[in-house]
Amino acid sequence: MGSIIKNKYLILRRITQFTILFLYFAAQYWGWKILEGNLSFSKFFDIIPLADPYAVLQMIFAGAVIATDVIIGVLIVLLIYGLIGGRAYCSWVCPVNLITDLAAWVRRKTHHEKDNLINVQKVKKFRYFFMVVLLLVSAAVGAAAFEFINPIGFFTRGVAFGIGFGWVWLLVIFIFDTFVLKNGWCGHICPVGATYSLIGAKSIIRVYHDKDKCTNCGECLMICPENQVLSPIINKKSDYISGIECTNCGRCVEVCNDNALKFTLRYIIKQKGEENEKSNIN
Amino acid sequence: MDNKRRSFLTSMVQASAAAVAAGSIVGGFVEENKDKPLTLRPPGALKEEDFLKTCIRCGLCVEACKNRDNKVIIDGKEIVTLFLAAPGDKKPIGTPYFIPRTGPCFMCDDIPCMYACPTGALTPDMCKNEKGEVAIDYAKMGVAVIDPSSCIAFWGLQCTACYRACPEMDKAIKIEWKKNERTGKHAYRIPVVYEDACTGCGMCENACVTEIAAIKIFPREVFLGKAGDRYVKGWDEKDQQRVRKASTQTTTKTGRSRKSAIENLNEGIKWDQ
Repeated sequence: MGSIIKNKYLILRRITQFTILFLYFAAQYWGWKILEGNLSFSKFFDIIPLADPYAVLQMIFAGAVIATDVIIGVLIVLLIYGLIGGRAYCSWVCPVNLITDLAAWVRRKTHHEKDNLINVQKVKKFRYFFMVVLLLVSAAVGAAAFEFINPIGFFTRGVAFGIGFGWVWLLVIFIFDTFVLKNGWCGHICPVGATYSLIGAKSIIRVYHDKDKCTNCGECLMICPENQVLSPIINKKSDYISGIECTNCGRCVEVCNDNALKFTLRYIIKQKGEENEKSNIN
Repeated sequence: MDNKRRSFLTSMVQASAAAVAAGSIVGGFVEENKDKPLTLRPPGALKEEDFLKTCIRCGLCVEACKNRDNKVIIDGKEIVTLFLAAPGDKKPIGTPYFIPRTGPCFMCDDIPCMYACPTGALTPDMCKNEKGEVAIDYAKMGVAVIDPSSCIAFWGLQCTACYRACPEMDKAIKIEWKKNERTGKHAYRIPVVYEDACTGCGMCENACVTEIAAIKIFPREVFLGKAGDRYVKGWDEKDQQRVRKASTQTTTKTGRSRKSAIENLNEGIKWDQ
């Protein structure tokens, strides 16, 4: 029971990820009208459109006329992640996260966390370049280019409509993450993740680090799939994890045995904190 | 330049170069994968080029097709029409298609797949007649094509399976009678496709009795030709309108006709005198 409470975010994430996949499956096979489509475009309760901003951006570059439903769908998604959730899509929704987390788990269990074939320092910003290049490629070929190789699409379409040889690509990502580069796909390549990083840069829900409680054990840095967002803050200052690549997965909160990390609301808490400080002075 | 800045710039250049290389590979793959001219699309699809730009690959059309009212179940097996292309299907990945031989379009009156499309890749604009009336009968999914060498009606056998399966019977497929000179006393009853009424639903291909269908659906742009402006049906009043304002005194200038015919014939010949 203790471990369930301790890993509550992980369990909740797996529940949301599998529920979403299940609802897509149910929409196709039993005609459930809860969540239809897939992660490029969905209909929630048969009426609320949800669209993948990066897919739509590629379509715009490819020269498509964008329909109203799609624009509304993008705006809803931008509002949800931009204001509230940050890059939560990657850890709470995206099913490829299941594969890459599995690869990270294999690395931890076999104690090969840091064995990479590629120099991590050199590929830090690759995903942002890749994101932009694929927009230009979309314009050149006249089609949303990344959607032809998007493993998220392969996975979610695979659940509802049949995966074909798509599993090979998912296996390649697992192998790449396990043997070539730690958190390689989600943390260094995926342009969808890069887009959500930018979208959620100013979002409210953030992890807060309390330096006074931190014992510098390093557990959080070890588990974090994007630990460049933690390293400037952990045991250095009490602050919000404001790095845009934080996926709000909550693993750091869970592994911390000193309660030095917790989810908070960025601007609201900050204001309160400032008010408290003022009243203390007075 | 100090070393830190230098190595930062180097890694930026390396990362962007790697992104361009990776992007080019993706682009090459996309070019190869999207060019599948034999793909048959659901009713109301835009022209293939625009369809590939506009389709977001959500599969709502496939879901609408699967969960439609008039499901067709034969021998306990449901006939599936629309699929969403998975890798290995040899169709542009993630886009909807159907295979008429095994799962033709049953031409639902309410066209659920077309109205399910959120992006306009399937649109009523592409499924209407000249008066602007939208109906499944005006869909242009493809066109039926007959191979006379394997169609047994052309051998003189009685068949008409495609004719009877056709939802646009006597409009899209008509039976034409011809004397069988081989026997001298029988008739050929030959199916003829009229492309203007054919929706490309594929009921004919599905019904065809030969081992490999002798009547098949092809995308219209693959099969249909175009006579062009030069040829006008003199017996067709509507077609005549096209040349109503044409001048009878036209001269066509080409590379050859710029000079007179004599000059052209004599060109390059050296005369003795």
